[in-house]
Amino acid sequence: MSEILLKIDGKEVKAKEGMTVLEAARSAGISIPTLCHHEKLEPYGACRLCIVELESRGWTRIVVSCVYPVEKNIIVRTRSEKVDRIRKMILELQLAHAPDSFILQDLAKEYGADRDRFEKEPSFCIHCGLCVRYCAEVKKKNAVGFVDRGIKKEISFIPEIASKECWNCKECFPLCPTEALQAAYVLMEALISPPPSFKREAEK
Amino acid sequence: MSRINSPDELEKVRQEIISRENPNKPCISICAGAGCIASGASEVIAAFKAEIEKQGLMAEVNTKGTGCPGFCERGPVVVIYPEEICYLQVKPEDVPEVVSQTVREKKVVDRLLYVDPTTGEKATHEADIPFYRNQERNVIGNNIKIDPKNIDDYLVIGGYSALAKTLSKMTADQVLQEVKKANLRGRGGGGFPAGTKWEGSRNAPGEPKYVIVNADEGDPGAFMDRAVLEGNPHSVLEGLTIGAYAIGAHEGYIYVRQEYPLAVENVTIAIQQAQEYGFLGKNILGSGFDFVVKVHKGAGAFVCGESTALMTALEGRAGEPRPKYIRSNVVGLWGKPSVLNNVETWANVPLIINNGADWFTQFGTDTSKGTKIFSLVGKITNTGLVEVPMGTPLRDIIYKIGGGIPGGKKFKAVQTGGPSGGCLPEELLDLPVGFDELTKAGSMMGSGGMIVMDEDTCMVDVARYFLEFLTEESCGKCVPCREGMRQMLKILTNITKGKGKDGDIELLEQLSETAIEAALCALGKSSPNPFLSTLQHFREEYEAHIKEKRCPALSCKELISYYIDPDKCQACMNCLRKCPSEAITGGKRQIHIVDQEKCTKCGTCFEVCPHRFHAVRKISGEPVPPPIPEEARTIVRKSKEK
Amino acid sequence: MDKHIIDQIIDKHNCEPSYLIQVLLDIQAENNWLPREALERVAERLQVPMTRIQHIATFYKAFSLVPKGRHQIHICVGTACHVRGASRVLDTVQGLTGIEPGETDLDLKFSLETVNCLGCCALGPVVDIDGKTHGKMAPAKTADVLKNYD
Repeated sequence: MSEILLKIDGKEVKAKEGMTVLEAARSAGISIPTLCHHEKLEPYGACRLCIVELESRGWTRIVVSCVYPVEKNIIVRTRSEKVDRIRKMILELQLAHAPDSFILQDLAKEYGADRDRFEKEPSFCIHCGLCVRYCAEVKKKNAVGFVDRGIKKEISFIPEIASKECWNCKECFPLCPTEALQAAYVLMEALISPPPSFKREAEK
Repeated sequence: MSRINSPDELEKVRQEIISRENPNKPCISICAGAGCIASGASEVIAAFKAEIEKQGLMAEVNTKGTGCPGFCERGPVVVIYPEEICYLQVKPEDVPEVVSQTVREKKVVDRLLYVDPTTGEKATHEADIPFYRNQERNVIGNNIKIDPKNIDDYLVIGGYSALAKTLSKMTADQVLQEVKKANLRGRGGGGFPAGTKWEGSRNAPGEPKYVIVNADEGDPGAFMDRAVLEGNPHSVLEGLTIGAYAIGAHEGYIYVRQEYPLAVENVTIAIQQAQEYGFLGKNILGSGFDFVVKVHKGAGAFVCGESTALMTALEGRAGEPRPKYIRSNVVGLWGKPSVLNNVETWANVPLIINNGADWFTQFGTDTSKGTKIFSLVGKITNTGLVEVPMGTPLRDIIYKIGGGIPGGKKFKAVQTGGPSGGCLPEELLDLPVGFDELTKAGSMMGSGGMIVMDEDTCMVDVARYFLEFLTEESCGKCVPCREGMRQMLKILTNITKGKGKDGDIELLEQLSETAIEAALCALGKSSPNPFLSTLQHFREEYEAHIKEKRCPALSCKELISYYIDPDKCQACMNCLRKCPSEAITGGKRQIHIVDQEKCTKCGTCFEVCPHRFHAVRKISGEPVPPPIPEEARTIVRKSKEK
Repeated sequence: MDKHIIDQIIDKHNCEPSYLIQVLLDIQAENNWLPREALERVAERLQVPMTRIQHIATFYKAFSLVPKGRHQIHICVGTACHVRGASRVLDTVQGLTGIEPGETDLDLKFSLETVNCLGCCALGPVVDIDGKTHGKMAPAKTADVLKNYD
């Protein structure tokens, strides 16, 4: 695999062909904020927090660094007025769902995001997809998935699978930035009738 | 039907079919497109067949249901050949007369002809009707001549000769160069040069390669692709096969929206018949080129009209778009090079091959070549499909062809480009249609939807409407689109309900920037366009809604009241009887009064009040006058005042 | 729903996972809705995870996970129909049937859906009931049209 030279925040970075801009930045010790990214999972590109300014062949545009493949001679800026402004807006939109999330609050401080800019939304899932993707790609159990689309999109457990697998696993729980996952799990438990077999096992 | 094994054999078969029929044999062509069927065309077709049988004319006269010719406002449309006499709004009761008078005695049935609303002139032939006369119907013109369920009709008009020429006389590269020279740009909305897209796939590593027809046509108000796919499916199949040959693909997919069952049916029959003749399958026309096509139905998702989402749907998944940093003509369906083009784009290919790139480029402007089909709908006299050369001014389409705004109303805006496009006001009507010209003015040509709006349309509501549409159709994966539009919709809905406040417009503009810069796909990136274009050209309406709680178009329900003017009301009881909420009090010779508490703002009273009284008024931004006292409510008839 | 019919549909599409949506469309057309058991059978035979089927069955609006009424009312709310007053027709139909889009009434008589464009824009506002298109609808006409359905 050939080597690709690019500039990130003024620094010369050597990257391998096939790397994403995010990977190249991290390898050079440059940090870019992310929410939906996880080293064990395929890049997802949903939160759009990792956007950067990319200058190439005289044109400047905003790209999503976790999915953008490195190209030679591109100039990347991980912070700029526009990047910061959009990151702030993205955080404010997410804070409308999960104002108490520690991860969001830390990022909000960095970008001056206002927790109360938007009215609070009833669902606190921010659709980072970490739980769904982890269960599908790492555990390969597919116990939790997405339902619906657009503003009605939510996560949902498959009761038949979750009742067998989740009690002893719960590896996705610490991944959730907002604890919406835990809430969904508790809801699913409450709605299953008869109660899942694992509880009966535990009672033995 | 036996298999045709070479271009020479094709010409022989074609001549055989042509010679079987006397070109002067009368043929009754009735449009069997979805629009006319909805207007009762099936009954008309059945009536013609029954009448022909009854009059013993089955051997002398052909009757066929044909593809959609586009004049949907006046359907069911019937054209009698060979004279090309065109009858509009034909009912089953008219059929016996048409058969006796026109088919047998070559006499015209006057009352079924087109009448020009201004001059009163009648038009006998299809070509004389102003709606058709001002069009250049290269792609859609053949629809009325063919029965889409019969491949022989397509052969009669020269069908599959482009494919024969391609496979026997041209190399794949020559086909590519011809399409590039013609500068055929995608007709689905993106306007990307097809030749360049094809070349990219041809040169990309990876097998197998795929060609795909995007027949999802999600833009509400657009039905061009429906007419082409339903009415002339072979033109699309032929174009697709030629494209596959140029790229080196052997498998094709047609993704049709399931809301078009007739198009699914007709293209499935067409594929079967093409296979029987050997135009699809192995060793097509003896060339050694193999190509198969499969039909996939959509399942009700606008986002699947986006090319990467469509490919994801073809893979049997939820239609979430993918990032396009690596283009799908290099990494597409199943990660392989895939060329996806719109129905109309593919339908233009046989014309380019048969007539040459130079013929194609004589139509249009420097950057937008050829013709384009538009669906002209909304508040317009002649609703239907219009095909004109690129570069035609919007004004010509709306007034010369469309016949202007009905009901004596004033033109307000034309919305082009579907939910990704924008609204253009009267001052910009001299703009020519094309890929680039409308974009500069804040809209876009898009797939060809052209929705005309008059003085009664509220532009803030238009922006709200599109945002509502997009929030439901968004795949929901990325934050700028899902969350950004969620908030934009909330703000715009509040504005239309009189709850707008200072700072709303600025916040909407910031949310727009986030979507344009950071959304995952074109749906998200273009989602702010309806808002931005209406703000640009109709800012006063936004300000009236926010500052004065007034809807200038008198349309937003929460901001209007229906009021019956006591000086004009003649107590005819029309509105009282028809009010679905029983909100009108009054009686014979008692002035009618709307109870504002019960009124649901359905507008029925406004519509049924006789024109000569014109007593119902819409009020906005000011309080409704209180009801006049009971004593004053009795009408004293003028005749009794003698 | 008869398991045999589900298997026939799956076999018609060669048990191909990429034809999942086509399989579900056929089951929906046959049964008017997608029962859980049908989805489980599809998951089993096509070897696809239930989460994928669940996502698809809720992502695409052609599918219903609940039983539908005897008569399907589809009101077009595409732009051309909207501009000609489709929202007022929708409001009136909602009032007459007592249900909102996506719902079915308690007698399982009517199911109401909005649709984004049936391609009959010249006849807007358009209401499709059980496949029959009623064009040029107005609030005042809806009661008469609905009366014909029992």
